[in-house]
Amino acid sequence: MKDTPLSNCERDFLLKAIEEKKRLDGRQTYDYRNIKITFGTDYGCCFVDLGKTRVMAQVSCELVAPKESRPNEGVLFFNIELSPMASPAFEQGRQSELSVKLNRQLERCFRNSKCIDTESLCVVSGEKVWQIRVDVHTLNHDGNLMDAATVAAITALCHFRRPDVSIQGEEITVYTPEEREPIPLSIYHMPISVSFSFFQQGTYLLVDPCEREERVMDGLLMIAMNKHREICSIQSSGGIMLLKEQVLRCSKIASVKVSEITTLIGKALENDKKARKAGEKCGFAESMSQERITTLIVDETPVEMTDVVEQADDIIKNSKAPPETPSSPVVPAPGVGQVGQGLQNSWGLEEQDSEEEEDMVVEVQPKKKIAKGDIVEISDSEEDEVVILQPEAPVKKSTAHQKGATTSKKKK
Amino acid sequence: MLSALSARVGHVLVPGDVFVGQAEDMLSLSGPTRKETAVCGPGLRRDGARVCVSVSGILKHKAPNVFWIQAHGKRYVPVKGECVIGIVTLKSGDVFKVDVGSSEQASLSYLSFEGATKRNRPNVQVGDLVYAQLLVANKDMEPELVCIDGAGRANGMGVFGSGGLMVKVSLGLVHRLLAPSSDLMSDLSALYPSEMVVGMNGRVWVKSSSLQQTLIICNLLQNCEHLSPEQRKVLFNRIRQGAL
Repeated sequence: MKDTPLSNCERDFLLKAIEEKKRLDGRQTYDYRNIKITFGTDYGCCFVDLGKTRVMAQVSCELVAPKESRPNEGVLFFNIELSPMASPAFEQGRQSELSVKLNRQLERCFRNSKCIDTESLCVVSGEKVWQIRVDVHTLNHDGNLMDAATVAAITALCHFRRPDVSIQGEEITVYTPEEREPIPLSIYHMPISVSFSFFQQGTYLLVDPCEREERVMDGLLMIAMNKHREICSIQSSGGIMLLKEQVLRCSKIASVKVSEITTLIGKALENDKKARKAGEKCGFAESMSQERITTLIVDETPVEMTDVVEQADDIIKNSKAPPETPSSPVVPAPGVGQVGQGLQNSWGLEEQDSEEEEDMVVEVQPKKKIAKGDIVEISDSEEDEVVILQPEAPVKKSTAHQKGATTSKKKK
Repeated sequence: MLSALSARVGHVLVPGDVFVGQAEDMLSLSGPTRKETAVCGPGLRRDGARVCVSVSGILKHKAPNVFWIQAHGKRYVPVKGECVIGIVTLKSGDVFKVDVGSSEQASLSYLSFEGATKRNRPNVQVGDLVYAQLLVANKDMEPELVCIDGAGRANGMGVFGSGGLMVKVSLGLVHRLLAPSSDLMSDLSALYPSEMVVGMNGRVWVKSSSLQQTLIICNLLQNCEHLSPEQRKVLFNRIRQGAL
């Protein structure tokens, strides 16, 4: 599906507003949107909301053979998926330009900066190493997917725990999370990217562009930095010419922003750790507030309960006595049919309720007479005991039957 | 039928709920016949002798007999006769292709403007906004727009001038804005001197005397979806007193 085209009126308005230093949502030039970080139930699953842009990162690990050139280092694999859920402009399956660009930027930001100690991921040198795979899924695109993706990826990597491994001579044991506590990855520093968008040939710049601003921008500068003011990656796209002072100014702004975001990530990880220790419910389902009305919600209607007992007694008094049950109902078990209904049965019949008799103290005598042999259940189960009927039972049945027959004759 | 509908006013309904004709709907041969017709608004559809719900939302009622479903959707489905704001995407020969927010782009002939002839073409470029009425809108054909009414007059429709900002809101908010005695509309218009064009496809164009005021009105509009009337009045009062 194609995305809605940008009208000339919107483009002109946005550019004019930027000249007057006004943004659509009232932010200042260097302001970031509200960042919200939540975690899923598994270790290594993280959701990041940057305003309305929403991404999810999931970290997983696997034991694989290492690369030949680096036999004692683990493998890192990054992948960003632009799902059609995020924007009508994204098509499923097709590798668009934006997806290639984001993937490349993410790899350069994390792999080249050596933020994760890959040597600690080695289990057996040259044979088995851990492969850490980070999948970032975009859930909603409202601008600046790159920043949201880097925050999500690094937070998920900090949150992730890999299974514990022990080596005893030639034997390697990988413990499940139930056997031994999983271990966090060893992360040296947290690179976070900050995006700057340029307008009117580099005259005006905005931090953290939203989707509309991204559509009218001339170019984008992405600086990935950590809180120790070390630049991990710089990327400029859109073909704009930038002056040295502009780039230096951007890097100063980026260092301020990165330290703020790093403290935010630290706080979010702390809160999650506390919640997990306290055994509180944590995870995706808990982090979403339910803002909906369901169809079955009705106002509570008060029911008057004061005279329920009297009403019930009245009903019982005024109702007729229940009809008498026939003296010997023949009940077939489910799945069993009988040919010649109502006739005398010469199969082995099972007596019902024989065990329950012992529990009943009150009304034993009359109940026994009624229960024994009257409610007969026919089943063809081979486990049934063969019970020899008392001579009274069949006689009673036949007399009842004859009585019925005579009465019908009389009616006729 | 009226009683069945009135009984569920204010309830949340989902597509698939039906209202069946009641016994009192049957016209009696003896007594005086009094036909009570229920007018079905958006979200309700007549299906023979039944009325079916086609959108999830809350059933609303306006005396004496108008019922409709107040829904919170954002996806527009073209309906004949509605006035919408479209963005011109293509100029091909005699026809403009206009994006209306539906699954297909609508077509707008260049002759459907007031005073347009084969020699006198309207001044419409790709990317312009147009306010037009849907002439043809069904699920089998591509929608068609016109910028003139039956008598050939523009009647407020046509290409937009420069300036102003267009924002996208939900369809429910658009219905609230266009209701005859809308508090929301009167509050907004009392705030700043401004022009507003409301398209039934969820697009609203706003132009005010200054950029700041236009931005304020647009942001208020998008936030009014989630505000109750009291909260809205409080917010508007604060703005009137010059908080922004």
